[in-house]
Amino acid sequence: MRQKEEKCVVTFRTTAAAMEMERTCKAAGVPGRLIPVPRTITAGCGMCWAAPPSAREAVEELVVAKHLMIDGIYAIIL
Amino acid sequence: MIYLDNAATTRPKPPGVAEAVTAAMMSWGNCGRGAHEEALASARAVFSVRAKLAALFGCPRADHVCFTPNSTQALNIAISGLLGPGDHVISTDLEHNSVLRPLYRLRQQGAAVDFVPADRRGQIDYADFGHLLRPDTKAVVCTHASNLTGDMIDIGWVGDFCRAHGLLFILDASQTAGVFPIHMEKQHIDVVCFTGHKSLLGPQGTGGLCVREGVDIRPFAVGGTGVQSYLETQPTEYPTRLEAGTLNSHGLAGLDAALDFLEKTGIDSIRAHETALARRFYEAVRQAPGITVYGDHSMTERAPVVTLNIGDYESGEVADELAERFGIATRPGAHCAPRMHRALGTTEQGAVRFSWSYFNTEEETDAAAEAVRILATEN
Repeated sequence: MRQKEEKCVVTFRTTAAAMEMERTCKAAGVPGRLIPVPRTITAGCGMCWAAPPSAREAVEELVVAKHLMIDGIYAIIL
Repeated sequence: MIYLDNAATTRPKPPGVAEAVTAAMMSWGNCGRGAHEEALASARAVFSVRAKLAALFGCPRADHVCFTPNSTQALNIAISGLLGPGDHVISTDLEHNSVLRPLYRLRQQGAAVDFVPADRRGQIDYADFGHLLRPDTKAVVCTHASNLTGDMIDIGWVGDFCRAHGLLFILDASQTAGVFPIHMEKQHIDVVCFTGHKSLLGPQGTGGLCVREGVDIRPFAVGGTGVQSYLETQPTEYPTRLEAGTLNSHGLAGLDAALDFLEKTGIDSIRAHETALARRFYEAVRQAPGITVYGDHSMTERAPVVTLNIGDYESGEVADELAERFGIATRPGAHCAPRMHRALGTTEQGAVRFSWSYFNTEEETDAAAEAVRILATEN
């Protein structure tokens, strides 16, 4: 089993919203990747954006600036 | 074979389209089902197509581009999901059955539907939109161009009319998407319904609708979405709201490549080429003996379609002779546009439609015109 560490996790209600998140983060150079939604989170979309905790502020700024359609942002151990 | 039935479906597709479909079939997983790289590759590509179509149609939000197998299904979704008993709808005699049949069914369910009439030349009077307006009018549903004559409706005018009277504007762009500019914001269009396999130059089985933000279409089909699995109802967010079941991501891979071709070539260049060929053909055949050409060819802005009859020669026989003797593929018969045929007086004879794509040439066009002149002379 992999070593668990804290992640900043962003959830979505549609796959399209997750795609927009990935595209926007990549364009802005904000780290992270799409992973299956952990069972500790009740989320609409089957995938979520997982970023290092240090990127949380950048992620939140992007969400606001680019009007990204997210469901929630969580700090969880994965 | 000289293929002049591009208004039915374009053939061939641009270089790269078939290859993109094959590559997708050999490598992609299911869009939105799982988060492994194969599924993500599909999801990314599908989203890329949404973004390209949103840009093409002046739709501010890529996530409001929803996919269907064709424009008929898109129109069914828009019409049945926005209108209902007690509503009044204005449409036109230019429409295809993909608009007419959903409207006739709506009428059976208790809605009222009126059609702006076309005259014997297939022309409408825009003042009739105003004459048909009622206090309970909720929407205008109309085509951008007649699939039978190629005559166009001024969608900027219709958009302004709808905005002035608080009406929804549902546009059937089946015959024009990818060739003529369409801008949802500038032209006040609420829903653009499109098909991928005609002038967008993509595979059959692709199409969809672009929806203005705030226009809430009732879902037509409900089911698997890959998201919100424990919800008993269809998710309300676009595009999932209108997309139940696995998408045709393989087909959309081809549409993606076709959209790249359109972008690279430029729709203005494509339109100029196609309309020049249609004009060349029209000029070459219009004075042949016994020829009747339908529609208003004095307009420069028209879809690349020329529809004609030769005397009283049945259109199906003309098309068959064109195919058998001259190797020219055209479409005869009724063209799924019954109201327009009634207006033109061609319900019995039908009509022979020649339609061009970017891949047709002057030589092909001249050969087709010569074949028509030969048949006209023999008739």
